Amino acid sequence: MKLRDIAHARSGDKGNISNISVIALDETDYPFLAEHLTAQSVATHFQGIVTGTVTRYELPTLGALNFVLTGALGGGVTRSLALDAHGKALSSALLDLELPSRNRQNNNQYGGERP
Amino acid sequence: MQRIRIGSGAGYSGDRIEPAIDLAERGGLDYLVFECLAERTIALAQQARQRDPAGGYDPLLTVRMAAVLGACRRHGVRLITNMGAANPLGAAEATRAVARSLGLDGLRIAAVTGDDVLAVARELDVALEDGGTLRGLGDRVISANAYIGAGPIVEALAAGADVVITGRAADPALFLAPMVHEFGWRMDDWDALGRGTMAGHLLECAGQVTGGYFADPGVKDVPALARLGFPIGEIHADGTLEVTKLPGTGGCVTPATVKEQLLYEIHDPARYYQPDVVADFSAARVEGDGPDRVRVHGGRGAARTGLLKLSIGYIDSCIGEGQISYAGPGAVERGRLALEIVRERLALTGVRTQELRFDLIGLDALHGDRLSRGHAPYEVRLRVAGRTATLEEAARIGNEVETLYTNGPAGGGGAWKSAREIVAVASALLPESAVRTTVTLLEA
Repeated sequence: MKLRDIAHARSGDKGNISNISVIALDETDYPFLAEHLTAQSVATHFQGIVTGTVTRYELPTLGALNFVLTGALGGGVTRSLALDAHGKALSSALLDLELPSRNRQNNNQYGGERP
Repeated sequence: MQRIRIGSGAGYSGDRIEPAIDLAERGGLDYLVFECLAERTIALAQQARQRDPAGGYDPLLTVRMAAVLGACRRHGVRLITNMGAANPLGAAEATRAVARSLGLDGLRIAAVTGDDVLAVARELDVALEDGGTLRGLGDRVISANAYIGAGPIVEALAAGADVVITGRAADPALFLAPMVHEFGWRMDDWDALGRGTMAGHLLECAGQVTGGYFADPGVKDVPALARLGFPIGEIHADGTLEVTKLPGTGGCVTPATVKEQLLYEIHDPARYYQPDVVADFSAARVEGDGPDRVRVHGGRGAARTGLLKLSIGYIDSCIGEGQISYAGPGAVERGRLALEIVRERLALTGVRTQELRFDLIGLDALHGDRLSRGHAPYEVRLRVAGRTATLEEAARIGNEVETLYTNGPAGGGGAWKSAREIVAVASALLPESAVRTTVTLLEA
């Protein structure tokens, strides 16, 4: 399962820092997102692109996570050599991240038919 | 007043014009705000003012004013904007001329100045966020502007201004000011200021909260983006916000569009540093309240830091760039061969670069070849970009790409090149006591 199947995202820029919000399409998926989309998994996904740290902020009332990536914009929006100096497309790149498939066994614990 | 309606007429300097006209004509607005200053815009405007002392304000100022001032006067809408850029007084004079040409006698236009703090920043030799001090940038410095808060805008509104024009002000402050003015919020009512800041933050990028920058066909569909409606914020005296847009316009306002914008360009959501308050969005709630109507509440705030962020514009370097396309069978291989040729040519001819990058657009330009998994596309566009000390040197990079026409692999087409001087921005902090703002009122 891709992150895009359960979440949407938008990236923003400030200097050499990018933030990427990841928002559950269905708020009931937030606990699953919070469990599996960690700062570490985001850092691994962006290996070679983000040179600094990844910090995660949790927003349970919005069903959202906010990731702050330092050293993500080629030295800073206003001086970067990159084609996408703002890192606008980083949100789409993150939605390509592979998540573990959910535990069907658990969903079917009452043995009922599921569509 | 118990509730005000604020329209957002622009999310950046070059934004569409008609959505703001629509808002001014039939938005039932109390205020119309145009946020037009990006990080580096003011440094470029300062350069423009050095060339022409009467210039240095937003290039679309008179176009926007001519488009909406008549409707604003007819419907009692007051206008707030940071289109003053590096010359708020010049912008106010130009706006007065537009008002007179439209027959809007008596229109009161306020200019807020004092954000230009280059002199005091030099005197204090402020420390730069990324290390070093202002003095270290030497004669490359163009401008230093403080992000000022709502205070002087409130002062202008209290003095009866119909139009308020600032230079560098914190974007949300353009929206916070009318709330403070209308609701009489104290400037130490941190929760109210936090909620007002949250509302301003949601509205300041205009169409980005009404479905702009949101569509992802099949997952997040948005109707009629060519006719995108810009947002109206209905703000209640307790700071609760309802975001909506005009009927018959394109786009959509949903909890999802609002959440994306709420976190746009935010780092720690519990600490959004602003000149007037440290806003806290961490317990915000976003709820649908009918078609194209979303209610936002739960914002909070804490005491401001007493420090203002400075944006320092300076001449950083030059960038030279060249591009050329390859298509069909073997396109990627020819693109890679072309990149190797340019790499060798730059070395052979001794072009001095501080930084270089070689991309194949369509394959690896945005995020490297690992995320694209090496899928072979039908066409690729080679891109070479390098940083140099001089424009002459920068131009040689694009030239080495262009000469691929007759010296490179088969079938290269659509070569393009550029060389430009780069104005970059560095950040610093300045005590608010070092900044003195002034409100000047003109009358048409």
